[in-house]
Amino acid sequence: MHRNLSAPGLALALFLAPAAYAQPTDRPPAAVPGETALPQGVALGGAFSLTDQAGRAATDRDLRGRWALLYFGYTFCPDVCPTELQTMAAALDALGPELGERVRPVFVSIDPERDTPERLADYVALFHPRLIGLTGSAAHVAQAARAYRVYYARARPGDGDGYLMDHSSFIYLLDPDGAVRGLFRPGTTAEDLAAALRRRLP
Amino acid sequence: MPAPALRRLALTLAATGGLALPLAAQEAGGIAVEQPWARAAVQGGVGGAFMRIENRGAAADRLVSASSPVARTVELHATVRDGDVMRMRPVQAIDLPAHGAVQLQPGGLHMMLIGLNRPLSQGERVPVTLTFEHAGSVAVELAVQGAGAGGMAGHSAMPR
Repeated sequence: MHRNLSAPGLALALFLAPAAYAQPTDRPPAAVPGETALPQGVALGGAFSLTDQAGRAATDRDLRGRWALLYFGYTFCPDVCPTELQTMAAALDALGPELGERVRPVFVSIDPERDTPERLADYVALFHPRLIGLTGSAAHVAQAARAYRVYYARARPGDGDGYLMDHSSFIYLLDPDGAVRGLFRPGTTAEDLAAALRRRLP
Repeated sequence: MPAPALRRLALTLAATGGLALPLAAQEAGGIAVEQPWARAAVQGGVGGAFMRIENRGAAADRLVSASSPVARTVELHATVRDGDVMRMRPVQAIDLPAHGAVQLQPGGLHMMLIGLNRPLSQGERVPVTLTFEHAGSVAVELAVQGAGAGGMAGHSAMPR
């Protein structure tokens, strides 16, 4: 199958189309450059059931109690994902140990076929000592992606494991109750992300 | 030598693998490769490689392929941003106009080292051979930076 674009994925692609965010006049201005307004009238976030890089079961409830930065990508992504993960890591470092410790960085794979817990363990260690990697069955990953309205699709068959993935590239800020409190577009700087965190964390 | 010139020389040496590596190793047939670098990556995974390639010749040329002993294959890629969806696409070749230059950088054109037979570790150097349509083969050494680096450390001139 050349494209595994699911119906929820399609809904999301439409939802995340730039027009959805086009110059809203009735919404508060974005807090920092790169931050985009949370969609109105659309549930964002929710329950998921995945596996962490140590092979342990991990659900949305395990993220509760602390703020979290969530990014969906894949480890076979040499360009975009490392940039965004570095942005998250650098933002946490910029907050300093006390404030930074209050935020959990999380990487969720949208390529469960290749991203085993073992691979995630090697990968997340490259970016931040506290970065959590999550993967799971294709169905469980799809369910998590659907909850966060993440678009992803295989872009080409490739030679065996050489395929590429298209994916939406947002950083989500979750509060300690698991509610999405911020949405940051690709290319948001670490400085701006850190500034947004300073404003949100009480 | 004034300090800025010394600094430039130091940067040039750093970018070309230090004193041990002849400058000529990164320039051939009118093609000059500056600040070749790669991101740290895991064994079995993929690595991104970036650099500035300058065509100092009077005729246009094209980068048509690349290879490295550390990778099963090396592809030329472009990252395309479509709204907030990021797509990577292979490109057949990278055009180098006469007396022109092209920047391979995160978020744009880059090389993807696929099927790494060993990890790429920050601080080491990794050989890559670039093949140009006219200039032929140019050997370069990628300076491996952090996994999410935006450019070579200490090179403030690297565009973000």
